[in-house]
Amino acid sequence: MQINRLSPWDLLPLALLATLPGFLDAYTQGLVVQIMIYAVLALALELLVGTTGLVCFCQAAFFGIGTYAVVIMAADSAPVSVVWLLLVAIGSSALYALAVGFLSLRTSGVYFIMVTLAFGQMAYHVIHDTAIGGGTDGIYLSDKPMLGSWLSFDQSLHLYYFVLAGLSLVFVFLMLLLQSRFGRALAGIKQNEQRMRAAGFETYRYKLAAFVVSGALSGFAGFLFAIKDGFANPQLLSWHLSGAILVMIILGGLGSLRGAVFGAVAYVALEEFFKAYEVWGEFARHWHLGLGLTIILSVALLPKGLAGLAALMQRRLATKREVI
Amino acid sequence: MDITALLVQALNALQYGLLLFLLAAGLTLIFGIMNVINLAHGSFYMIGAYMAFGLSPVVQSAFGGGFFMTLAIGLVLAVILGYLLEWLFFSYLYERDHLQQVLMTYGLILVFEEVRSILLGDDAHGVPAPEILSGVIPLGDLMTYPVYRLFVSGLCLLLAVVMFWVLNRTRLGMMIRAGSTNREMVQSLGIDIKVLYRLVFAAGVALAVLAGMVAAPVSSVYPGMGNQILIICFVVVVIGGIGSIKGAFVAALLIGAVETFGQTMLPQFAGMLVYLLMAVVLLIKPNGLFRTV
Repeated sequence: MQINRLSPWDLLPLALLATLPGFLDAYTQGLVVQIMIYAVLALALELLVGTTGLVCFCQAAFFGIGTYAVVIMAADSAPVSVVWLLLVAIGSSALYALAVGFLSLRTSGVYFIMVTLAFGQMAYHVIHDTAIGGGTDGIYLSDKPMLGSWLSFDQSLHLYYFVLAGLSLVFVFLMLLLQSRFGRALAGIKQNEQRMRAAGFETYRYKLAAFVVSGALSGFAGFLFAIKDGFANPQLLSWHLSGAILVMIILGGLGSLRGAVFGAVAYVALEEFFKAYEVWGEFARHWHLGLGLTIILSVALLPKGLAGLAALMQRRLATKREVI
Repeated sequence: MDITALLVQALNALQYGLLLFLLAAGLTLIFGIMNVINLAHGSFYMIGAYMAFGLSPVVQSAFGGGFFMTLAIGLVLAVILGYLLEWLFFSYLYERDHLQQVLMTYGLILVFEEVRSILLGDDAHGVPAPEILSGVIPLGDLMTYPVYRLFVSGLCLLLAVVMFWVLNRTRLGMMIRAGSTNREMVQSLGIDIKVLYRLVFAAGVALAVLAGMVAAPVSSVYPGMGNQILIICFVVVVIGGIGSIKGAFVAALLIGAVETFGQTMLPQFAGMLVYLLMAVVLLIKPNGLFRTV
């Protein structure tokens, strides 16, 4: 658990992110905001997959529900306070996570993967088929919510620093959570659930609590997305996003919160690379092909993620030195 | 709803349910025996449907054959595809944990969809039913029922019977069942488990491809069609119990009925009903209806 302890070095990437807007054009700045939102999602999922050992495949549903909650509330006539929107987004995602967790945690292993995937798809159908979510088109906000006059999400810098603050808060919160008794119990469940149960832990409750926390954090990410782009459509809940977030935490290396953030950066960088018209020309249209092959290769060759690659290099170097 | 309309719905439900069974059977067999969760199983269905669309003009000009010739050639290609995939890809997944299997087969979906897009484009297409089966049967005074759908039901039912027979009554089936219980023991009895796995995998792929090919004239052919049905198949497997063919059969018919009747009675909620059914089953029997532990 040493790796998930806050260190002064964490201030370095924070400082980097804080100075970044000075150097970036509008598009790249938007991309960084998107990466930070993905990072919140990846952190939320890391709590389940990397810490507790639960492979959850419906993170996108919690994310999309958070976004829809904000957009539906904010589209309604009178302006609503941002604090209220935030609470509704987190609350509704947490509530759905509670329901899904309550049922799916009765199963385990591969069952759990399939059941969470199915419940994620159910949320997609609810939004897509019924009238509450505006159907296939989704909902657009004409006015973004504001927090008084000093924080307006229409201004890209305000938004940038708000999302950065949100990401930092989630990061610190999870770091502290993993250090707590609760976090250690989750790590114990991942190692050996039988033993934890024998030691007197009601593992079901711990897992359910982790599930709800993860859902709530994903709802927070959904809130951030809603104030960023001001729209919601059913694609936000699609299981491809759940898959992408899983890829992120694998890329970054399971079991590390820093890895989850790093994985979000790596994933978006990969996606942008394969989408780049300058590199691939007309073929950039088929960017899923390169992405898919990279996913397969990286999972096959680097099961511990990019962080594992670094460790591998270190070991190689160390053995070489010994030989010399 | 009068009685003939009800009959039409019931026949549609049966046809859809049996088609789901073909897919879910392959999925549950591959999981039950090789312990691999395969997200790309839906892609095989998509590949089958696009084969029915893309292959038929080729077959027409080369052999002068029609739908059934396409079906036969498609099946051969499917077995080859399954055999190669198991050899080159899936055999490396057996020792990996489920998360890695999920991610690698997820990557495979992206690859399959893009290859399909490069070869055949991103448009939806209709596929005509073969001429001999394009007629309709009158039901009552006003309604008719297409012969082709009956053919699909009949074919699926036949395959289901064959599958039960092979698994429960033949030597090969015995080996497969034994292989799912204890891999090492079967191997030490002198049975080449690798070949056995490869056969089961190829059969699972062939079933999914066949389901896609016969479904093409009914449902048309469109991108992403595999992913949609994959998740329904997961629901079937969860309800039926992983590894249980009998469970998959019952659950597939159940889901077929719920979805078909749901679409006429509660169109707004039809998409959710199957998942609610799964929720109820999870509440009562978390291991599925027919799981043999």
